[in-house]
Amino acid sequence: MVSAALLSAIAVGCLVAAARLRRASWPVRGPYVAVIAWQALGLAWGVSTIGALLAFGLAPYQQGVFGGLVALFQDASAHGLSLTGLSKTPFGATQVGSLILGFALTLLLFYGLAVSFVHVVHTRRRHHDLLGLVAREDPDVPGARILDHPAAAAYCLPGVLRSQVVISAGALEVLDRSELDAVIAHEHAHLRQRHDLVLLPFSSLKRAFPRVAIVETYYSAVALLIEMCADDQARRERSAKELAMALLRFGTVRAAPIPAGALAANTDDPEVVRRVSRLLHPMEELSRPEAAAVLLSALVLMATTLSLWHLPL
Amino acid sequence: MNRLGDLERAVMDVLWQRNEPLTVREVGRALHERDLAHTTVMTVLDRLAKKGVVARAREGRAWRYRPAASRESYVSELMFDALGQTGDRDAALAAFVRSMSGNEAEALRRALAEIDEPRT
Repeated sequence: MVSAALLSAIAVGCLVAAARLRRASWPVRGPYVAVIAWQALGLAWGVSTIGALLAFGLAPYQQGVFGGLVALFQDASAHGLSLTGLSKTPFGATQVGSLILGFALTLLLFYGLAVSFVHVVHTRRRHHDLLGLVAREDPDVPGARILDHPAAAAYCLPGVLRSQVVISAGALEVLDRSELDAVIAHEHAHLRQRHDLVLLPFSSLKRAFPRVAIVETYYSAVALLIEMCADDQARRERSAKELAMALLRFGTVRAAPIPAGALAANTDDPEVVRRVSRLLHPMEELSRPEAAAVLLSALVLMATTLSLWHLPL
Repeated sequence: MNRLGDLERAVMDVLWQRNEPLTVREVGRALHERDLAHTTVMTVLDRLAKKGVVARAREGRAWRYRPAASRESYVSELMFDALGQTGDRDAALAAFVRSMSGNEAEALRRALAEIDEPRT
């Protein structure tokens, strides 16, 4: 019971910490560290919630979560699926319910991850196939393919062997040479550092819990941080001002009608404004001790959560 | 791989140019300067059919192929993915900037005017 209580406390603590992290001002100064903090919180939340449910359900075996799971299966196979260990305790039914909930949540999370992954692979393959047929290459724009469309767009299509940066003709029109280079550097940073893989667990969480506002908000928080990581990378190769100009030009041209309507999707979305002001008015980067403190807390959080799975109390 | 991609493109261009379903032989004839074997053209069309970008229908003893959609509609589909308007902002691709609201665009336009002054 002790481990169940502690794991529940960690699960709640993760939610509180996530809410605070979302409002904190330091992530803008160290987006990489912040992304790691988000990953640690997300993972610890899942592991502690599932752990709490299982620990409560398996408490009668008194062997912790891992040992308890083994004991549970031995019990179930020895007694033809009637759980003798659980039937003797006063909360037997609740504990079985807790176990079922724990397994269901595990399945849901893994299912979300799997479905997300398959969906992403499928979308990318289709996108890649079509790009091969309709996008062209331009010797003036090395490192990117060009899509002949009047709306301004620049994006990257990640992949292991065939990642690509794509720029639309509309984007070429609004950007000058140096701004274009900055945009391409930004997209290449995404591809080089496989930012898509960082985002994947969060998008699958979104898929597992659709229309849950919190999940949606956290997903966009991480997505924004990842954009900032790529901005930082591009700023190192090109200049911050060129990149900010490119963002501004995209932003202002995009307000023009886009093909096939449906523009009014995301209204309250100050992301671009935040990115631009960050580039134009650079803040002091996260200091080494500060970054180390965050990383250490993430490590301690993970280690504590996992060790509680072993606690036989 | 690259060469095959090239051929697929060329074949699609032929199909898009002509406004009628074509047989393998006709596609090969349209690309005669490439001097392709009949089986090569067939393989390419087969691959395109598997990708779902050409549709085929039997006419007599031969298959006739036509594009499943126009070039423009494919470009639109790609842009639609890219601008994150499919309602499913996912990690499949990462756009430089996502769609923004009118107010935001206005704020940016003002910022742009301020910075832009020295340039023009």
